[in-house]
Amino acid sequence: MAVIEAAGLAKHFPARRGLFGGAGGTVRAVDGISFAIERGQTLGIVGESGCGKTTTAKLVLGLEVPTGGTMRFEGRDVHRLDRAGRRHYRKSVQAVFQDPYASLNPRMRISAIIAEPLTTNEKLPPAAVRERVLELLQLVGLPARAADLFPHEFSGGQRQRIAIARALALSPQLIVLDEPVSALDVSIRAQILNLLRDLQARLGLSYLFIAHDLAAVAHMSHMIAVMYLGKIVEAGEARALANNPKHPYTEALFSAALPSHPDERREEIILPGEVPSPLNPPAGCRFHPRCPQAMARCAEEAPELRDIDGRILACHLFDDAAAIAAPTGTGAAADRQEAVSLASSPLQRASKAATGA
Amino acid sequence: MPTAPLLELDKLSTHYVSAAGTRVVRAVDEVSLRINAGETLGIVGESGSGKSTLALTLMRVLPPAARIVSGRILLEGEDLVRKSEEEMREIRGKRIAMILQDPMVSLNPLFTIGDQVAEPIRVHEGVSRATAWTRARELLRAVRIPSPVTRLKQYPHEMSGGMRQRIVGAIGISCEPRVLIADEPTTSLDLTIQAQYLNMLRDLQQTHGLALIFITHNLGIVAKMCDQLAVMYAGRLVESGPVSRIFRAPSHPYTRALLNSIPRMGDPDQRLTAIDGQPPDLSNLPPGCAFAPRCAQAMPRCRDAAPPPFMPEEGRTSRCWLAEPVAAGADFRVANGVV
Repeated sequence: MAVIEAAGLAKHFPARRGLFGGAGGTVRAVDGISFAIERGQTLGIVGESGCGKTTTAKLVLGLEVPTGGTMRFEGRDVHRLDRAGRRHYRKSVQAVFQDPYASLNPRMRISAIIAEPLTTNEKLPPAAVRERVLELLQLVGLPARAADLFPHEFSGGQRQRIAIARALALSPQLIVLDEPVSALDVSIRAQILNLLRDLQARLGLSYLFIAHDLAAVAHMSHMIAVMYLGKIVEAGEARALANNPKHPYTEALFSAALPSHPDERREEIILPGEVPSPLNPPAGCRFHPRCPQAMARCAEEAPELRDIDGRILACHLFDDAAAIAAPTGTGAAADRQEAVSLASSPLQRASKAATGA
Repeated sequence: MPTAPLLELDKLSTHYVSAAGTRVVRAVDEVSLRINAGETLGIVGESGSGKSTLALTLMRVLPPAARIVSGRILLEGEDLVRKSEEEMREIRGKRIAMILQDPMVSLNPLFTIGDQVAEPIRVHEGVSRATAWTRARELLRAVRIPSPVTRLKQYPHEMSGGMRQRIVGAIGISCEPRVLIADEPTTSLDLTIQAQYLNMLRDLQQTHGLALIFITHNLGIVAKMCDQLAVMYAGRLVESGPVSRIFRAPSHPYTRALLNSIPRMGDPDQRLTAIDGQPPDLSNLPPGCAFAPRCAQAMPRCRDAAPPPFMPEEGRTSRCWLAEPVAAGADFRVANGVV
């Protein structure tokens, strides 16, 4: 069962008028995206600055209120929960941020940092809190004596372990990982990635993993969604998507990823220009001004997300494939069963719902 | 007989000394390296490995607490360590130039792009403002900035991060230096913009025959861009040699561990080999090999004595006892800096 399921999720910000009353408008930071994360699995979101991945993380964390679409947690609409339900949701969804130098209060002892979610959310006797803190420290591979120290006494990797322990304090089901290793030294990153994978296997956690390092995302994720200017352009099973990207943007993005070996030669697709402002996204397909394979209709008509051979794609290049695949699709269905269910049902259903609305 | 390298570092050491003189940080310790014209060298290391101090040493722009304590920097045979500050001013920007990490810091927000790109040309070549601006326009074109005439009159804040980074690149090559040092030039850039930028740098290198030095923590950049690799750990050069040979068969355990710790694309079952512990404190280094406390293959000897740079094969060095030649009388193979 999906832990969290979003359908047509949107967040539009009103653009503030300038000092001299410049043109207002709407920033479509997240513009109708749909995804689902299964229990014990990781959804990786990749995309460049301004694609909406951080806004998506904030929506999932409840730090932003969506302006459209729905989000269901354990089958219940997150934005129609009563107080108790809301409380349960906030406890079940936790976060680990990029910079462990900024996310830990320098004036609190580690025990207090990790215990804070426990003391604010649960009535526990001090001895039980202490016991839980020590248990959490052990879980993230830190010695018990760490409890009485301050953040400055730890290295970046150890601080990130502390942040993870704090996120685990309330036994959440979903953890949002926003660039969890990019502030760390190269030799430390593998420690944290391995720890996150071990914790997932042990505790059945689900992750929403956001990072710009594509190899790290591919390594950590079961499913990957590629975002461009507030929309998902492609989503699918991580290995298949990384090895065989289909959308021209995904293709260009993965071709721009740095190789892990000098002998690794891939065809490089250099995209012209830069990502346009989400304040005034291009008409039609948002990627068409930079797309090496753009056609006339790409400028006019925005492509819909469709399921093509177990891959969710929004691109006119696959219009014919969709028409052929839709009625038969037996081979694709088998693939899909093997892949995670995100690819098949919720995304597709949601994209239909979004277009119907 | 090979010709002399364009740039050669010979047992170069830069130390930081605290105000009281009690603490010494050996940020760069006996580093020997050479790079030829048209070659790309990647200097890789974690934070605190001394790679940025090495870059500042090459430019002779060290902070007051740092001092070059020994060694030579030979640029086309001339020792930069012995140059006076006045002489360095002639060399810096003109013969050896540097691109810094953060274009927002290295560009002055109060001057137009044109003024900033033209400045080194006017200073070094004493040409008129108009001539310098014409050259600046060509440079902007070379780094592929659209409508360069308009851009020259704009200020840094009017440009995107990718464009600012390219402008810093244009300033770097404005006086056609022989050596260009790029310190983490793409960390602030998005992937597709990074790809554009790296391609541009490669084009510039090929057209100008530059020696390009990348200072980075990113082995991906090395794999994509570099011919030669130098791996730094705790101020020392632990391994150096041709990129493809080091990636295929690393000699130093640190290099091997680093290569095994990065995720490879399309191999989700890969178990990352984490390196335990953390980089050492440079003011308090262990007596032997600085990597020994984290090294899976450490022997008692490693904790007592730091290994000299051995030559595991022609053109490669490795500061590891495991790379010590076994045959007796092979001592001559110890790379005495450069043989």
